[in-house]
Amino acid sequence: MTKFKMHLLVCGGTGCRASESEALFHELKTALVNKGLENEVQVITTGCFGFCEKGPIVKVMPDNTFYTQVTPADAIEIIEEHVIKGRKVQRLLYVNPETDEKVEDSKHMGFYRKQLRIALRNCGFIDPENIDEYISRDGYQALGKCLTEFKPEEVIDQIKKSGLRGRGGGGFPAGLKWEITRKSVADQKYVVCNADEGDPGAFMDRSILEGDPHSVIEAMAICGYCIEASKGLVYIRAEYPLAIERLKIAINQAREYGLLGKNILGTHFEFDIELRYGAGAFVCGEETALIHSMEGFRGEPTMKPPFPSVSGYLGKPTNVNNVETFANVPVIINRGPEWFASIGTEKSHGTKVFALAGKINNVGLIEVPMGITLRDVIFEIGGGIKDGKKFKAVQTGGPSGGCLTHKHLDTPIDYDNLISAGSMMGSGGMIVMDEDDCMVSIAKFYLDFTVEESCGKCAPCRIGNKRLIEILEKICKGNGTMEDLENLRNLSQVIKDTSLCGLGQTSPNPVLSTMENFYEEYIAHVIDKKCPSGQCKALLQYIIEEENCVGCTACARNCPVNAISGERKGIHFIDQAVCIKCGACLEKCKFNAVLIK
Amino acid sequence: MTTIKSLDDLRKIKSAVQSKMLLRERSDNPEKLVQIRVAMATCGIASGAKTVMDYMITELEKRNIASVITQTGCMGYCYAEPTIEVTLPGKEAIVFGYVDNKKADQIIEKYIKNGELVEGIIPVNYESIDDK
Ligand SMILES: Cc1cc2nc3c(=O)[nH]c(=O)nc-3n(C[C@H](O)[C@H](O)[C@H](O)COP(=O)(O)O)c2cc1C
Ligand code: SF4
Ligand code: SF4
Ligand code: SF4
Ligand code: FES
Ligand code: FES
Repeated sequence: MTKFKMHLLVCGGTGCRASESEALFHELKTALVNKGLENEVQVITTGCFGFCEKGPIVKVMPDNTFYTQVTPADAIEIIEEHVIKGRKVQRLLYVNPETDEKVEDSKHMGFYRKQLRIALRNCGFIDPENIDEYISRDGYQALGKCLTEFKPEEVIDQIKKSGLRGRGGGGFPAGLKWEITRKSVADQKYVVCNADEGDPGAFMDRSILEGDPHSVIEAMAICGYCIEASKGLVYIRAEYPLAIERLKIAINQAREYGLLGKNILGTHFEFDIELRYGAGAFVCGEETALIHSMEGFRGEPTMKPPFPSVSGYLGKPTNVNNVETFANVPVIINRGPEWFASIGTEKSHGTKVFALAGKINNVGLIEVPMGITLRDVIFEIGGGIKDGKKFKAVQTGGPSGGCLTHKHLDTPIDYDNLISAGSMMGSGGMIVMDEDDCMVSIAKFYLDFTVEESCGKCAPCRIGNKRLIEILEKICKGNGTMEDLENLRNLSQVIKDTSLCGLGQTSPNPVLSTMENFYEEYIAHVIDKKCPSGQCKALLQYIIEEENCVGCTACARNCPVNAISGERKGIHFIDQAVCIKCGACLEKCKFNAVLIK
Repeated sequence: MTTIKSLDDLRKIKSAVQSKMLLRERSDNPEKLVQIRVAMATCGIASGAKTVMDYMITELEKRNIASVITQTGCMGYCYAEPTIEVTLPGKEAIVFGYVDNKKADQIIEKYIKNGELVEGIIPVNYESIDDK
């Protein structure tokens, strides 16, 4: 057997592949062959390392060197310098944005220091297309243990003891759900993996499926054993071609090894998995809508109860869990529920994967223990706010979440704390905003998304959200009144209380939380007719500073609506009622006399 | 592919693949293992660092010593090549010069196994980035 003494891990996640990581992989291989090193150094395609913004990523093992933004043209230098001469290629090393220093190995990167990877344990570490690598990391051991050593009830008990809660948004205890589905009596039951992931900016589930598909397959089989289901279905959006391809490969490998199919691991247990494709509608992530979509109907939610656990796919008891929820299961069985329960806070155990985005230095995918503070996430892992700007808010929970601010920075993140702070965990989108962001516009942005994605079945959501947007637009244009603010609040409450499904029930959250935490900004828009962060174009004023104006007339000549008056060599003046805020005067004035206020 | 029919079969595959993954597994927490860095700049390679590195990798594994062996660039001791730096868990790094296979064997047997110092230690005259 050939013995490799160095492994080059090349990220094969969607982000890095979009920037030529596949070509890079081939260049590295070719360069190794040319140097006769193909039996000493192995190149492996892995899943996402989380640091996608600086991709493509290459990690060199065993020295943990972390190269960022590597292009195919860098391959030869990496082989000649690093692999052959042991000199790290300095220009490809990660630079700490705070200190401007190069970081030699990933152990010293702030991005990884406070992370704890359970669901992502294999992402960026193994080749997702190689079942043997998964097995070497205790893969399918948990399934084997469950099938041969535990009764289904005992497995459910372990999941309950671990305190694992659903990572898809609701946070419902996974063990309890399994128990309810187990207790429903039927000739056929189903395990469904919800891989719809509709939140804007979220890619947690995609990365898990791309980087470690077997962990989800194994967990679904364990769930099938517990609830007595022989069939599993993964509902995945068609826009995730790489995740789909890797899942297919993994399912086939598991079948070939007999880890899916009949008589798994020599027992009487039978289980197999099929894929179902979604067209990418946010509401189809809601479990009842998802089930309808799988049945071939329109993806519209229905009233619960009955819950899917009792009557789901084709009317049969169906256990729906999220990708990340499943990815935690094998580790819980292998390491024991007590181990898992010891991580996190009192009521939220384990870790959570977040897609960190927005005005932050280290954008990417992170996994942190529950109970970590927003401050640690944003300033330690996230490396702080971009361009030295000031932190203003962080939106958690996707379109249904809320915006938190300074006063929440030291709140330990868990399901309950986020809810009492007026936001929620959601599936794990986390968008950081700086002083330049206008909170009224942010609320409008999320509502735009909700209105787009509402299925339209019920009036409060279909009509109410539209009205909310109209009021917000009015405010952003400077026509808002105090009564509008009152209406925003009341209408939001009505929509929350009367909508049929979770989409409508949570859609006003961005409005309510920004009103709660940034009321002064609403007041500024309504009373002072000002947008403090300068985002609402209609509220900007272009004015001419008298001292600086030399009367060159350049501005007046370029104003498309003749809003500027003034004598040649005299001071000029902008008529606010006429100005359409095109900015032409600002651009043309060579004397810095035009200002925006 | 053969079918896996029992938990035992699964464990067999695991141990068969494990040695292949060891390199990655170990480098995940190197501070708990014996860490060896072999200087592999041009002068090191010219004086046989590669042979020493191969020897160390094979021998440490044969003698069942959990270790991480990496190569590094010039350490600044061109006169004493090949040089290697050995860090035992929880101890300061020590640099050995003029290492050939015979010397490497002594280093493994005496220093790595028993913590006894052997001849050829070079005083450290640089600060590595890890110290910062
Ligand atoms: C509008 C809406 C969208 C949702 N989208 C998703 C989604 O994309 N992925 C997901 O796992 N759960 C989503 N959910 C939550 C699911 O309905 C369900 O609670 C979840 O799949 C259960 O799995 P868990 O308990 O493992 O989290 C959504 C819910 C609502 C109301
Ligand atoms: S709340 Fe919105 S998305 Fe949900 S059923 Fe009603 S209209 Fe459809
Ligand atoms: S371009 Fe500037 S300096 Fe010239 S008239 Fe306009 S404001 Fe005054
Ligand atoms: S912003 Fe445009 S419209 Fe307004 S005064 Fe300047 S040039 Fe005229
Ligand atoms: S896709 Fe490569 S690091 Fe995320
Ligand atoms: S259209 Fe149905 S309630 Fe108005």
